[in-house]
Amino acid sequence: MTQASTQTMVNRQTTIKPHKLSYRSAFNLMVKRDISIALRHKDDILNPLLFFIIVVTLFPLGIGPEASTLSRIAPGIIWVAALLSTLLSLDRLFKADHADGSLEQMLLTPYPVFILVLAKIVAHWLITGLPLLIVAPVLAVLLHLNEQSYGALLLTLLLGTPVLSLLGAIGVALTVGIKKGGVLLSLLVLPLYIPVLIFATSTIDTAALGLPYGGQLAIIAALFVGSLTLAPFAVGAALKVSTN
Amino acid sequence: MPIIQSSSQPLLSANNLTCIREERILFEQLTVQINAGDIVQVEGPNGAGKTSLLRILAGLSQPYEGDVYFHANELTKAQKISEDRELYAQHLLYLGHLAGVKGEMTAAENLTFNLALHGASTDIVDEQLAQVNLLGFEDSLASHLSAGQHRRIALARLFAAQQQSPQAKIWILDEPFTAIDKQGVANLERLFMQHAQQGGCVILTTHQDLTLAKDNLKKITLAYQFN
Repeated sequence: MTQASTQTMVNRQTTIKPHKLSYRSAFNLMVKRDISIALRHKDDILNPLLFFIIVVTLFPLGIGPEASTLSRIAPGIIWVAALLSTLLSLDRLFKADHADGSLEQMLLTPYPVFILVLAKIVAHWLITGLPLLIVAPVLAVLLHLNEQSYGALLLTLLLGTPVLSLLGAIGVALTVGIKKGGVLLSLLVLPLYIPVLIFATSTIDTAALGLPYGGQLAIIAALFVGSLTLAPFAVGAALKVSTN
Repeated sequence: MPIIQSSSQPLLSANNLTCIREERILFEQLTVQINAGDIVQVEGPNGAGKTSLLRILAGLSQPYEGDVYFHANELTKAQKISEDRELYAQHLLYLGHLAGVKGEMTAAENLTFNLALHGASTDIVDEQLAQVNLLGFEDSLASHLSAGQHRRIALARLFAAQQQSPQAKIWILDEPFTAIDKQGVANLERLFMQHAQQGGCVILTTHQDLTLAKDNLKKITLAYQFN
């Protein structure tokens, strides 16, 4: 025993102290890593964004340039396109990490899984959700969106697209172990997206009529807070099942 | 260097493990005790359940029956690893047969991230990469490196763990020698010996014959079960 303790004393002198990582720095580390990977792999950012832009710009070509028709369907088009483009980008959330073993390592860290999962979802939103928010007003001009609706459009996207990333992450985590889980993912996730779609478009429509839209917005905010607090735990549990 | 005698309590123990995959029983009622200072080689033909056993011991998979217990130190009583995952993770270093190395990041970034994510110091990453013969490749993207070098980025964590205190005691390594050259294998074996002498344990699968001192080496042989 004394031999053992002197041995460890000797070791301590020559070794480096571990630096203890707080939950917050573990979170930051993960966000930074995911964003730097996405920046080196620009497809991750450009693909969903281009899809969004293409879908929205095709509608006026297909339907015709009448301002009244376009402004009527603009909220729906923008939101459906945002929803599908998020769905397109969801695969990237865990698939690559699962394929190269990083996901296993993530589950074996001394940090709670939900912190790392939340960090990955935040990074995913910054990569795919935020660009949509930036180009949406420009595309809204193309669709003759009612002037009064711009604020509502941006607010619904700001609160709604994180919900899409959060709920989508549950679906991806459940299907990550399946070789071709693409169809299953859409089937799992799309029904969960419908409330967001309904309330978001109804918010924008209400705003176009000049009526107060706080109520619908509050429901989207509630969906956001609910999924922000609960989804990371569900994702953590789903990942453990998928890697079992 | 004195070899620390295995204490009365093992570091890791598995009781009556049964593992079923694809409706096939891989192993039944397997009881293993791993003490400090042990190097355990899990042997068996392909499909015998070596990886499954390691994943269960690491807490990544749940066994069909049975439990894995972890003894943090001699004072505390054994704890099921499924119940205190975060404590166990602090003492565990698991490298699966997938390296967990990102092709889009450089060798140094990969190692820094992997170390930081496990709460280890990242001060001398370059030196640690030099220990696995990756000197001069620190800033190369991992996807541009060869399979062996890719693997070495992951293995650098073992050399890093050796310099940390308190170090991860339990090393679970699934085919660590894949794509590693002879010199690299010899270095790793020396590292395993050193780790065992400092009171850690190594559990690994490999099809190669280890040249370690035989008295340190234990073997678990899994047979392919026809049922």
